[in-house]
Amino acid sequence: MLKLPIYLDHNATTPMDPRVLEAMLPYFVENFGNAASRNHSFGWQAEEAVDYAREQIAQLIGADPKEIIITSGATEGDNLGIKGVFEMYATKGNHIITCTTEHKAVLDTCKHLEKLGAEVTYLEVQPDGLIDLKQLEAAMKPTTILVAIMYANNEIGVIQPVKEISAIAKKHGALFFTDAVQAVGKIPVDVNADGIDIMAFTAHKMYGPKGVGALYVRRKNPRVKVTAQIDGGGHERGMRSGTLNVPGIVGFGKAAEVARLDMAADTERISKLRDKLENALKQIDESYVNGNPAHRLPHVSNISFKYVEGEGLMMGFNKDIALSSGSACTSASLEPSYVLKALGLGDDLAHSSLRFGLGRHTTEEQIDFTIKAVTDTVLKLREMSPLWEMFKEGVDIDAIQWAHH
Amino acid sequence: MAYSDKVIDHYSNPKNVGTLDKASKSVGTGLVGAPECGDVMRLQIQVDEVTGIITDAKFKTFGCGSAIASSSLATEWLKGKSIDEAVTIDNMDLVEELNLPPVKIHCSVLAEDAIKSAINDYRVKNGLEELVFEERIH
Repeated sequence: MLKLPIYLDHNATTPMDPRVLEAMLPYFVENFGNAASRNHSFGWQAEEAVDYAREQIAQLIGADPKEIIITSGATEGDNLGIKGVFEMYATKGNHIITCTTEHKAVLDTCKHLEKLGAEVTYLEVQPDGLIDLKQLEAAMKPTTILVAIMYANNEIGVIQPVKEISAIAKKHGALFFTDAVQAVGKIPVDVNADGIDIMAFTAHKMYGPKGVGALYVRRKNPRVKVTAQIDGGGHERGMRSGTLNVPGIVGFGKAAEVARLDMAADTERISKLRDKLENALKQIDESYVNGNPAHRLPHVSNISFKYVEGEGLMMGFNKDIALSSGSACTSASLEPSYVLKALGLGDDLAHSSLRFGLGRHTTEEQIDFTIKAVTDTVLKLREMSPLWEMFKEGVDIDAIQWAHH
Repeated sequence: MAYSDKVIDHYSNPKNVGTLDKASKSVGTGLVGAPECGDVMRLQIQVDEVTGIITDAKFKTFGCGSAIASSSLATEWLKGKSIDEAVTIDNMDLVEELNLPPVKIHCSVLAEDAIKSAINDYRVKNGLEELVFEERIH
């Protein structure tokens, strides 16, 4: 029996895996110690649990446990990684290269640093969502201290060529930072093979708890340091003070372990369902898949259904299916997704997009239901869309002088 | 954000979706909004040339649920009104009836603009003076 509503917004957050919850439970009431308490068994127990989790987390990304700095999540990781490098390497230069489709936690951090004297280059992306490596190469300067490019995009799921990007950064003596929130736990990420120096990721996107994340900071070749953004007791090798969230970290560790062990099987199953969904929805006239399909996360599909508006579209089924739209009719600015716009999509296509984010618990039955609900709603709304009628009559919609409001 | 029951009802069972012959002298057409802004409304009225009463109204809307509901409700209100009465329909009446939250007020403004634009189209076609409305910021 199909249980409603269906959750297809796994890029926003994921449900916690029951195995993760089970691992966390002893660390609330029973083993509640502070991992920094060095003089008694409560502290030792907590420290041991954190050490074990740190190993689990490190193993998922091919890192050394000492290279894992625990944070409150990826937004903090992005801030610490980028601001920390800017401060630590100030004598070396002030130039940072990033791209226009980054998460706001990266973009706004860069904007903040611009006010403090940083020079930031925002690379445009190509129509398929990937950056142009030649443009990156051309943007490198002697003062470039950091290249900050995301591993995989949250809206369209495209995977950037991180190996090539890190090689370019290295060649020019700059560090490579990546926001890998959407990639870690979903696809193989190896900090050494990928040449990553600093990487932010988070537990709740990989079936772990909210409020805990990590910043990978390379210790060898080169040894990287970031200036702490939170001062205090000198936790996490002095880079991030604050009492450790022991149950959260334990859950993060377990989530990382489960992701590592189940990744291959999960990916195979989920990508098949994603392809089924996408192939069925592509059958609808004037529907377009956004982002490079060959370099994309296995569980994401972003599709524009031209001539219908995304929020109106979601209303047709949002009591039964939870997903996201690139439209932002509710925002005061009425601006659609900046990521989709950065691909060169017209505002009309950006307003018409839906993001499907499948997950570990998505079933074929749910996908079949979704295909039908979305198809029916698109067809119904097109019947009441003046733009669809004009398109069918051969009117050039772009030639009309619209009154912008 | 949750939609009001009335918005959901108009969205699920929109009233008067359709197209009137825009070339007809007795039909006024208003096309407002822009695809880039995420909403476009086309509202049409059929007017009895003798009485000036709106005998039919149709709409098609590209937009969110509130935009669809605003235009659906507007067509219902237009039917049976004279074009002089229709011009007094205020967007805040739509807001109140549909319980639109502040972020959706622009949908009702668009519907009011569509009504006025349809009436003016009819007036111009029939040799009546085009009404001038105050510019509003929305």
